[in-house]
Amino acid sequence: MARFIIRRLLQMVGVVFVLSLLLFFWLRSLPGGTVSAILGERATPETRAALTKALGLDQPIWVQYGKFLGRAVRGDFGASTKVLPGADAFDIFLTRFPATVELSFFALLIAVVLAIPLGYLSARRANSPLDSGLVIVSLVGVAVPVFFLAFLLKYQLAVEHNVFPVSGRQDNLNCTRVTNFFVLDGLLTRELDCSVSALKHLVLPSVALATIPFAVIYRITRASVLEVLGEDYVRTAESKGLTARVIRGRHVLRNALLPVVTTIGLQTGGLLAGAVLTEKVFNWGGIGNALADAFQFRDYSVLQVLILAAAGIYVIINLLVDISYAVIDPRVRTR
Amino acid sequence: MSPANPMNRRKDRIDELAATSGGGTATLVREAGAVDEKPGVSLIASAWKRLRRNPVFLIGATISLLFVVLALVSPFIAPHDPAVGYLLDKVRPQSNPVPGPEPGFPLGADDVGRDLLSRLIVGSQQTLLVGVVATLFGLAGGLVLGILAGAFGGWVDALVMRVVDVLLSIPSLLLAFSIAALATRATQLTVIIAVAAVQVPIFARLLRGSLLAQRHSDHVLAARALGVTERAVVFRHMLPNALGPVIVQSTLVLATSIIDAAALSFLGLGNPNDRRPEWGQMLGRAQQYIYDSPHLAVYPALCIIFVALGFTLMGESLREALDPKSRR
Amino acid sequence: MTLKRTAPLVLLTVAALSMSACAQSDRDSGSDGGTSGGDVKDTFTFGAAGAPDVFDPLYATDGETFRITRQIHSGLLGIKPGTADIQPELAESWTPSEDGLSWTFKLRQGVKFSDGTAFDGKAVCYNMDRMYNQKGAGQTAAEYWTYFFGTFSDDPSGSLYKSCEAPDDTTAVINVTRTTSSFPTILSLDSFSMQSPTALEKGDANNVQSAGEGFTYPEYSKNPVGIGPYKISKYDEANKTVALVANESYYGEQPKTKNLVFKIIPDESTRRQELQAGSIDGYDLPNPVDWKGLKDAGNKVEVRPAFNILYLGLNPERNPKLKDLKVRQAIAYALNRDQMVKSQLPEGAQVASQFMPDTVSGYNTSLQPYAYDPEKAKSLLKEAGAEGMTLKFAFPTEVSRPYMPDPQKIHAAFTKDLEAVGIKVEQVSKPWNGGYLDDVSANGAYDAWLLGWTGDYNAADNFLGTFFSDLKGNDFHTSVMPWGKTLSEDLKKADAIVDEGEREAAYQDINKRIAEEYLPGIPVSHSPPALVTSGKVQGLTASPLTAEMFDTVTAGK
Repeated sequence: MARFIIRRLLQMVGVVFVLSLLLFFWLRSLPGGTVSAILGERATPETRAALTKALGLDQPIWVQYGKFLGRAVRGDFGASTKVLPGADAFDIFLTRFPATVELSFFALLIAVVLAIPLGYLSARRANSPLDSGLVIVSLVGVAVPVFFLAFLLKYQLAVEHNVFPVSGRQDNLNCTRVTNFFVLDGLLTRELDCSVSALKHLVLPSVALATIPFAVIYRITRASVLEVLGEDYVRTAESKGLTARVIRGRHVLRNALLPVVTTIGLQTGGLLAGAVLTEKVFNWGGIGNALADAFQFRDYSVLQVLILAAAGIYVIINLLVDISYAVIDPRVRTR
Repeated sequence: MSPANPMNRRKDRIDELAATSGGGTATLVREAGAVDEKPGVSLIASAWKRLRRNPVFLIGATISLLFVVLALVSPFIAPHDPAVGYLLDKVRPQSNPVPGPEPGFPLGADDVGRDLLSRLIVGSQQTLLVGVVATLFGLAGGLVLGILAGAFGGWVDALVMRVVDVLLSIPSLLLAFSIAALATRATQLTVIIAVAAVQVPIFARLLRGSLLAQRHSDHVLAARALGVTERAVVFRHMLPNALGPVIVQSTLVLATSIIDAAALSFLGLGNPNDRRPEWGQMLGRAQQYIYDSPHLAVYPALCIIFVALGFTLMGESLREALDPKSRR
Repeated sequence: MTLKRTAPLVLLTVAALSMSACAQSDRDSGSDGGTSGGDVKDTFTFGAAGAPDVFDPLYATDGETFRITRQIHSGLLGIKPGTADIQPELAESWTPSEDGLSWTFKLRQGVKFSDGTAFDGKAVCYNMDRMYNQKGAGQTAAEYWTYFFGTFSDDPSGSLYKSCEAPDDTTAVINVTRTTSSFPTILSLDSFSMQSPTALEKGDANNVQSAGEGFTYPEYSKNPVGIGPYKISKYDEANKTVALVANESYYGEQPKTKNLVFKIIPDESTRRQELQAGSIDGYDLPNPVDWKGLKDAGNKVEVRPAFNILYLGLNPERNPKLKDLKVRQAIAYALNRDQMVKSQLPEGAQVASQFMPDTVSGYNTSLQPYAYDPEKAKSLLKEAGAEGMTLKFAFPTEVSRPYMPDPQKIHAAFTKDLEAVGIKVEQVSKPWNGGYLDDVSANGAYDAWLLGWTGDYNAADNFLGTFFSDLKGNDFHTSVMPWGKTLSEDLKKADAIVDEGEREAAYQDINKRIAEEYLPGIPVSHSPPALVTSGKVQGLTASPLTAEMFDTVTAGK
């Protein structure tokens, strides 16, 4: 197990390194760039040249990459040019990433809390009207463009009926920041109104973001439970006369959860992508929005740090999924 | 990477799950691919037999078929030219940004006075094109990578899968972003390529998983023993058996491609040339009018939802039908 | 699952979606607009379109930042509310020497910086010298200084600024190296605001360093010490809000609303929804198509006078056919600018006859825009032997500017017009930051393109000079035209004229020649940008320079 984890970690370093290389060259091959983004209509040949030189963008690209790598190893990813000018790019990651995690966590929570029981229910009553209805709902959830759904939710519940706030993460202006997880910060500093405000802001975007993971987790739970119900050991258990509760708990759910855990892990990675759209609609100060901004303004430092960090996290999640798989599945543990 | 290592087998299962995004079961792909007691024809035949009676499939197939037919005949049934601003003279940014319905224009016009109904009808064409071509591109890319990895194994596999890992590690929309932005000039083709690129690693993993599962199956070993060349084994024996899940995935990707193209438009990276309309583009560009003229966004959105639902229903029921378990 | 069971569900979903769509169309329009009651909020919240840069205005570069720094800083000269004209601010009066090279500023007395230190002649000179003495990365970061004053102390040859003396506490004398219509007007720009010398010194304010692909700024720039009705209270980067609070040591009247909050909401439709939901009191740059809906819902749409120009640029170097005046005139006649302005730009927008708006001194009222006349365009093309010519015509994506709300639509309309007179159009687009600006100005990659300009201050040089003064590097590539050099030199000469009447006549003459003899590009339109507040907001004066002050604003509860 340990050897496996170490090997995977080494692979991860490799993947992130290759990605950094590709990313660096790729970004610089894109048309346009930081200099025009900063200067706008005001650019003259002189100011353009001066800024290019000051930012070191006139040096050969290998030199630029070498410098980048040298600094990155020391944890210095450069400063932002336009997303939050002057701020350390990694600090931007540290302020923005918690927002996305908070959002994704609640979205996943909603998805899991609804999807697993409903999936189980669906499988137990396969082909009932309830089952069919749920299947259709889950498929519709996948078919609706996320940003459109997000907009409808916002429109109905925030603009028309002031049930939830329209956008942003918090209304209170004087909240203390500790971890940048706003709900958690409020609890830590005992500013409960801050937590409450943050929670209110979380509802609509998490629901919007939850639709796709809900659909996916629901369907895998249903399919998985269906499969397990047909397995020999469940039939054996039934024939042994074990109570329905024991069968469900020990045999069916436990075995059926295996692929579900995997799916949840994979969906976590996918949430990051979906978050770009949801965060845009709700003006959520997260990593998705920062990515879109950084891309629009060609803020290289921020783009690099955000993408590399996101990739690293995705790989770590994959690793964790594999480990949790090993923990849940006894057949893997025997090795 | 030896298939005997259980940890790697886990990984393979994850690959399959990633590809099938949650439908079916963990072992579905392998078993579907490895059904080899009967000739392929009977697998398809029996699947068809079950599908014919499956209402979900029928609904999905009907929607999909209607959509394809609409796309084909749309130029003939659209009442107006979708590119001409008939009502442009009525457009006034302050008083009348989006002309409403009037005789001959049952749904009104868009912001440059073009007939909305005609644009919706003709829009089916480009929408279908985006869906189909993006899926084909994704499939083709995945096919190359997947065959390299799955059929040959060893270092080829390791290398290809690392590339796939890198591709998968970039959030999909960002990948699409970057590709759309890399093109010096956004066109329908760049949108298609951007959307397809996201699918390449998924198809690659799917095919690889399916091919890997067969490498040691009886029919492949038998073919090898009979002296069939490696190429023939891959293309004649392994690939056909791997196609089931690929078809399923393709149907689902058709739906996601259309939705992803809409998302690109929403983010301002869609095809800027709207003489030939596309639903995702219409939805994306309608955002600025969504407050006062929501119908501009709602109609194309409903079209997209309807069609995506059709393909998804069809794909899901195909998946079920091809699952050997349901044949018990 | 059967057909009977599933079909209603699908229909239900569709119905639910369409219902919510319908609900949107008949939303409430009866918000209680009108006068503010006795109850006034102690916080005014404004929806900003983007994150600000640093609050040390010397290093600031964009409108979103200046909107905030303007509330916390003042310059020697200010802007008269609602106009583009200068008025006294920290300087009560200013007089040039005979040769126009030495300017004496009489300073307002009893003014204190927000840290309590006194504002005097020495402080003025400290500030001017501080800007002039920028080093290294600071020079690049001080973009506005480079643009308006030229070079820094390590290369005095290209600098407009020469030196500064403070004969006594209430006087400052600034010496310049040449006469220009821009000085002292440029001292009204936010970048050249006065900051506390003590605080600048203590905060090591000039310590700008390059870091990777960007700059890092000293801590001082997050909370600078200036003179203004407000001061920074908190910039919450995680929650994207900037909070300001009244500056109690301000020499003028205390602001009517104690707290001023800027919420950063980049998406325009979200800003509108926030206003509708009552969580912000106003926002900038509402989409022209929203104006009616906003007014109907009881909000106030404040239209600013247009202080901008949209033009269609032409590049005769890339496409030699464009060297022929007849071809350029044909393009001018071919464009139906009237229809474009009416169908795409907000009310109050005008077709442009010259490259500057009519509020700028030097505007030539005798000029008329080229009429829409496709027949004339065709015959001119024929005369020039350019029938069927191809034009590579570009527009930017991912951008909306005050002078150009939707570039793609403008481009589409003009493409249609050009094709109607037999010009083949090769349509090109690139993202604004993704190569468009590079292609227009550095690469000269297009025959024709859409671009514009919003004025910084009221001087013809800020428009015409920006476009045509620099012979070698300008976007219109006038250097390949026989008159390019003349135009460039005449513009520089006009700018150096000290007498205002004489200068105005010189610019009027240049405008006439640009329109009739040169036509380096086609001026298209002037479009008034707006800002919107809820119906309960009082006291906001819209500024053509988007230089609104918020200290006079109140918002009813």
